[in-house]
Amino acid sequence: MKNSPALANLKENIWTNNPIFVQILGICSTLAVTNSMRNTFIMTFGVMMTTALSSFTLSAIKQLIPRKVRMIVQVLVISFYVIIIDIILRAWLPEVSRQLGPYVGLIITNCIIMGRAEAYAQANKPLASFWDGLTSGLGYMLVLMTLAVVRELLGFGSLFDFRILPAGFVSWTIMIMAPSAFFLVAILMWLAKTIQSKPARKEKT
Amino acid sequence: MSSAINPVILFFASIFTSNILLSNFLGTCSFISISKDWKSSFGLGMAVTFVLTITAAISWLVLTYVVIPLDIEYLSFIIFIIVVAAVVQILEMIIDRASPALYMSLGIFLPLITVNCAILGAILFMQIRQYNFIQTVFFATGSGIGWWLAILLLAAIRERIEKNPVPAGLKGAGITMITIGFMAMAFIGFSGMIAVQ
Repeated sequence: MKNSPALANLKENIWTNNPIFVQILGICSTLAVTNSMRNTFIMTFGVMMTTALSSFTLSAIKQLIPRKVRMIVQVLVISFYVIIIDIILRAWLPEVSRQLGPYVGLIITNCIIMGRAEAYAQANKPLASFWDGLTSGLGYMLVLMTLAVVRELLGFGSLFDFRILPAGFVSWTIMIMAPSAFFLVAILMWLAKTIQSKPARKEKT
Repeated sequence: MSSAINPVILFFASIFTSNILLSNFLGTCSFISISKDWKSSFGLGMAVTFVLTITAAISWLVLTYVVIPLDIEYLSFIIFIIVVAAVVQILEMIIDRASPALYMSLGIFLPLITVNCAILGAILFMQIRQYNFIQTVFFATGSGIGWWLAILLLAAIRERIEKNPVPAGLKGAGITMITIGFMAMAFIGFSGMIAVQ
């Protein structure tokens, strides 16, 4: 598991089957915080850990769960980890926790987590599922961090709360507001799809 | 602070100025996948509004009379998600019995709703902003209608887009995201009217 399958899985989850570009999953709960890199990082890190840990747990106990109540068990396991993350945030980063508000709790309904639990953890060993969850979370994090870099740099003139652009820079208010997130996701999707479809086109001709 | 807000204002604010989808990004997943056609958009929007109002009201009661007295607020995520799942399940059974016609149009969307972020999101907003019962009901109904309005608008726009040439890489989700972006910009125009956060 250490070498090629794990690497292939990494590549698949970050690029060819990226949760955001290709599967269009789980954008709801996190898009709202992408106007700040720090909040995005913490939020996506939370998603990554939840995905990895809940995939691990669900894969480990999959024999014990009757098929009929599978969904509800999955949701409960996920909420369990999200509560842990919420408590950790409240204890160590109260400021961030207040800014994130309801969005931490919304990790529960992030479709990526359930998607991975259903699509991968159901049929694979615990450790492989953990890795799969981790890499899916990583693919998710990379995209949203790219988004956050653009939004925070143009919207506030800073990165990770450090002022980068000179004071005379007129910040783009639209970048802080909701529409820019939609536009940027669309642009990123466009780029990714165009690059991904290139080799396929070459093969055909 | 929040108890001063008039519920009626809250109702309109949650439809227009702080639309749950266009300004809070909640429920985007099912929004994109369902909005392909008008009919299912209508059904899903109706189901979301319906479930959102009922679950928010029940969650408020559970929060006020069970969670807070027992001092188990750290469990609130699990309790809310159980309330949502249970209400959806019960509604499905009731609608199936009471009105098979409604079940045909609404039934297939109900299971989707449990994992719709808009529902849990509205409940969490309700908890954080400490709305009272009346405010909760108005806020939840307004949020649901706001979501419904947004998905209907998008479905109508998408039917038009189908007939137009779109760059290959933008087809499907890409152009939909751009459309949502424009809609969000349009809705920002409402923000001068009512300012409630």
